[in-house]
Amino acid sequence: MKIAAILILTLIFLASLAPVSYDQQSRESISSPPSKQFPLGTDDVGRDRLSRLLYGTRISLLLAPCAALVTLLIAATIGITAGFTGGWWETLSMRVTDLFLSLPWLFLFLIIRALLPLNTTPILSLILTFLLMGFLGWAPAARVIRSAVQQFRAADFVLQARACGCPEHRIWIHWLAPRLRGILITQFFLSIPIFILGEASLGILGLGVSEPMPSWGNLLRELTTAPPLTQYWIFAPVALLILVMTSFQLLLPSRE
Amino acid sequence: MAFISRVQPAIRVHLCSSVAILLLLLLIPAQAQTELRFTLTGDPKSFNPLLADDDNETTVLYLTAGQLIRINRLTQTPEPDLADSWKISPDRKSITFHLRPNVTFSDGTPFTADDVAYTLRTVTDPKLNSPHGDTFPPATKSQINSPNSITVIFPTPQTGVEANFDQLPILSAKSPLKEKAVLGPFALSQYNPGVDLLLKRNPHYWKKDSTGHQLPYLESVRLYIQQNNEIRYARFRRKEIQLINNLDPANFKRLTQESPAEAIDSGPSLDVEFLWFNQVPTAPIPDYKRAWFQSRNFRLAISEAINRADLCRIVYQGYATPALGPFSPANAFWFNRALPPQTFDPAAAIKLLESEGFHLQNNELHDKSGHLVEFSVITNAGSKNREGMAILIQQDLKKLGIRLNIVTLEFKSLLERLTKTSDYEAALLGLVNVDLDPNGQMNVWPSSSPQHAWNPNQKSPATPWEAEIDRLMQVQASAPDLAKRKAAFDRVQQIVRDQVPYIYLVNRNKLSAVSASLKGVHPAKLFPETFWNIDQISFK
Repeated sequence: MKIAAILILTLIFLASLAPVSYDQQSRESISSPPSKQFPLGTDDVGRDRLSRLLYGTRISLLLAPCAALVTLLIAATIGITAGFTGGWWETLSMRVTDLFLSLPWLFLFLIIRALLPLNTTPILSLILTFLLMGFLGWAPAARVIRSAVQQFRAADFVLQARACGCPEHRIWIHWLAPRLRGILITQFFLSIPIFILGEASLGILGLGVSEPMPSWGNLLRELTTAPPLTQYWIFAPVALLILVMTSFQLLLPSRE
Repeated sequence: MAFISRVQPAIRVHLCSSVAILLLLLLIPAQAQTELRFTLTGDPKSFNPLLADDDNETTVLYLTAGQLIRINRLTQTPEPDLADSWKISPDRKSITFHLRPNVTFSDGTPFTADDVAYTLRTVTDPKLNSPHGDTFPPATKSQINSPNSITVIFPTPQTGVEANFDQLPILSAKSPLKEKAVLGPFALSQYNPGVDLLLKRNPHYWKKDSTGHQLPYLESVRLYIQQNNEIRYARFRRKEIQLINNLDPANFKRLTQESPAEAIDSGPSLDVEFLWFNQVPTAPIPDYKRAWFQSRNFRLAISEAINRADLCRIVYQGYATPALGPFSPANAFWFNRALPPQTFDPAAAIKLLESEGFHLQNNELHDKSGHLVEFSVITNAGSKNREGMAILIQQDLKKLGIRLNIVTLEFKSLLERLTKTSDYEAALLGLVNVDLDPNGQMNVWPSSSPQHAWNPNQKSPATPWEAEIDRLMQVQASAPDLAKRKAAFDRVQQIVRDQVPYIYLVNRNKLSAVSASLKGVHPAKLFPETFWNIDQISFK
């Protein structure tokens, strides 16, 4: 687990060691194989693959947790209030949750993205992409949190506390919040890989982060042209994606 | 034998029968392949020939329909087809066709002048809204002279009229099969949505080869529905399909390495990729940006700053040439050969910008009012070549201090912005030219046209040069003398070059993959590149 955490942190900081800027084009070295100058070769417009991979990794690893945090805030607000208050608010919020769960979020995302202003800088488009994913991805977490709150609300220890005359806010602070913490953290860590993969899927469709900003999505796009296996260096983003996904999975059990 | 005797009797029977079947298969003489297979990128939306619009429908149309005149895709000249001769009246208000005798539709119904008259009536019916109807002026009439002769009468003098009949599929007026009765080399036999279409040889096809052999040589054509370029290429390499039109440069390069004899580069195509700025007065863009886009010097500076040679070399891997104007040199007659080559001159670009009051501030370009020069360019998502060009242009413009934001949009939302809301700043797209004659661009150049992309539907021309283009397009559309028409359209090309409403980027090459097992394939630059002479293609 510690190794996984160290690996993720290392990947975030490695971008500062990138040999050149992610958008620098060496137009005389197009799609070149690995060399001293370009350790992972260059892409089809002559940009250093290693630099782009390092920057792209940092971007995904920094922004996916931000999107997860947005999701968690929305999910926690809806899940806790629905689970705790019950009644019409619970019915309404869970129907809205059902609606969000049944929506094909990829298409919803495409529609919303098409409505956004065009003149956004690459960095803004990047932030918007992840934020939109955060705003649209709260439903599964909200349902889990609401179930947990419902369970706790009817638990023996809560009934006992109420019977003893313990005020509601004390029950919340001393009994419910510590128990919810684990669930919230788990939901947070579960969302991160989902958003990383979500961005990668959008990037593969050419609808993710704007050029020239690198992200795992637009780096993985190169693989859609079925490169020969002998060009193993092109598969570096896949290897890194698998490594990071595995690391996040390793981080989960201990948190739970 | 010891092994066979040891196995179970039932297994023994299976083993022996399998071996027998295998031997039988080996002994049967190999049957000659007579089914040509290639792909469509999607399902045709309609099988009504008069409604054929996109590439998929037009492919089916080309394989099944008969027409009065055929433009030879190699020589780019009109040739007799269902009409064995024709004559245009001196006032160019009518054309009289003499029809080939003893021709029948695929169901045996005879072909007569009635069918041509019926087709013309149907195609010009505004209720049908046929894309082929646009090429005929309203109130076009026909007069049947005899079962084998018909005169088509136009309300105004027409030029380049033969080309219009190349794209007019003749329907049967009397056949019970209606539009399913065809005059082309193949007829639709089977359609599995999302999977494939099977076209079988038309037994009543009128054409014979020089030795009197009934055409087409092929028994059938199977068109697989396949959207993905990579899968299409893989299927070609596995010999599951025999043709690919418009191969992308990356796969073409691979093919030249893996099977050079099957990679055909027909040189620069008629297709052109270009960029333009939104000059619509009511477009939801800031006024200062509209002022940049309406400035000829600003547009010219952007054009001068783009390294087109790099676009060709890097994005198209050398299989493209810098575009000079709306027509490429592939259009042998109409291309204006006096147009000078495109220059890449960032220093000249800076001077042009300075003349308009633009200046550098902290390595970023600002206009005379101090606004940072930043704009977005939209293009369709999924087009690797267009995205590649946008990335290179972004870098070229960065050297002038200009910030270019690339926005890729799903095609429908892109069209919505271009044609309905005008909510964009610049666009990068391409035009697939299917018509050699500039009359085919009468919907692009006149300022009143809805497809006058940079500023459509103008009530009166916004600029003197647009007014001149309007006048010249009328001249080229109505002048009796071909030389006069050519001179008028040459001038249009020159004005477009000087005023740069479109920044022409590249003419990509026509790249095709043709199986070595085929004979009679002569790829052309015009649609349908590899199978334009489908009735003469056969297997070796």
